[in-house]
Amino acid sequence: MPLTVERTSPTTLTVSRFFQAPPAQVFAAHVEPALMQRWLLGPDGWSMPVCEYDARAGGKIRFVWKNDENGASFSLTGEIKLIERGARIVHVERMHLPETTPDNTVDTRFVPEGTGTRMTMTMTVDDPTSMDAMVATGMTEGMEKSYARLETQAPR
Amino acid sequence: MGRAPPIDLESTLQALADPTRRAILTRLADGEATVTELCAPFDLTQPAISHHLKVLEQAGLIARRVDGARRPCRLAEGALRPLDDYLRPLREAMERNYTRLDALLVEMGDVEAAPPRAAPPRKTHPKQRGRPRVRRRRPAGRVENPPRKEL
Repeated sequence: MPLTVERTSPTTLTVSRFFQAPPAQVFAAHVEPALMQRWLLGPDGWSMPVCEYDARAGGKIRFVWKNDENGASFSLTGEIKLIERGARIVHVERMHLPETTPDNTVDTRFVPEGTGTRMTMTMTVDDPTSMDAMVATGMTEGMEKSYARLETQAPR
Repeated sequence: MGRAPPIDLESTLQALADPTRRAILTRLADGEATVTELCAPFDLTQPAISHHLKVLEQAGLIARRVDGARRPCRLAEGALRPLDDYLRPLREAMERNYTRLDALLVEMGDVEAAPPRAAPPRKTHPKQRGRPRVRRRRPAGRVENPPRKEL
């Protein structure tokens, strides 16, 4: 079930993925911290020691990822704008690398498809260079390189 | 630096920032088509479609050949490679997460699908000193390491 990622405009990215499970379960895996910590991890060697997710409009999000080998870490904070149980989440997020990335508005929908679920995630930023930066920070190699770089800098 | 190569990411993204142009590229992924054939799925005039084709051609995404009176369009060789290269690492990072999610969903499905277990007999084994066995839940937050094998 291939994932598709499309840069649907200079400021939007659309991700689409099919899951062989009902929408309620795929949705649950996106809003329950105990479940998110099992998969929302990025490359091998990273864990998610902090996973706070207040699943309601106005609720706050905070994730912290840590590299188990070298101790590097970065975080994400966000706010939920809208939740339709089992069907849709709209939230705003940004990463702290530690430099703060521009706000990214994410609209995630879970729609029944056959016996499973089609998840579509549309990410929108304010300007195209923000999207370029976001795609770059999504790169495994980029993240690890940025942490290698931080380690060589003088402590703040 | 010298002149930018004909297919650059910026032009590609501008060309793709239109749903009609994206749909045209999708159609051309199936093979060559003439302007008339490309117009068919859309509620647009031929000049409008021709304008879109011009944008795609100038971005180096499509090429046209002459076949008598027709000028069939095709995807230009390697046209989407810069975009694909640019998005591939992000796609791979997300796919790693979603592969884990697939496995988790199977587990969740197994838990839901399993018929309710009959209560285990309360008899205790001599070694257990009178305490009934309790199935322990894995503590929340403990993360399973994915297998170390390269996929």
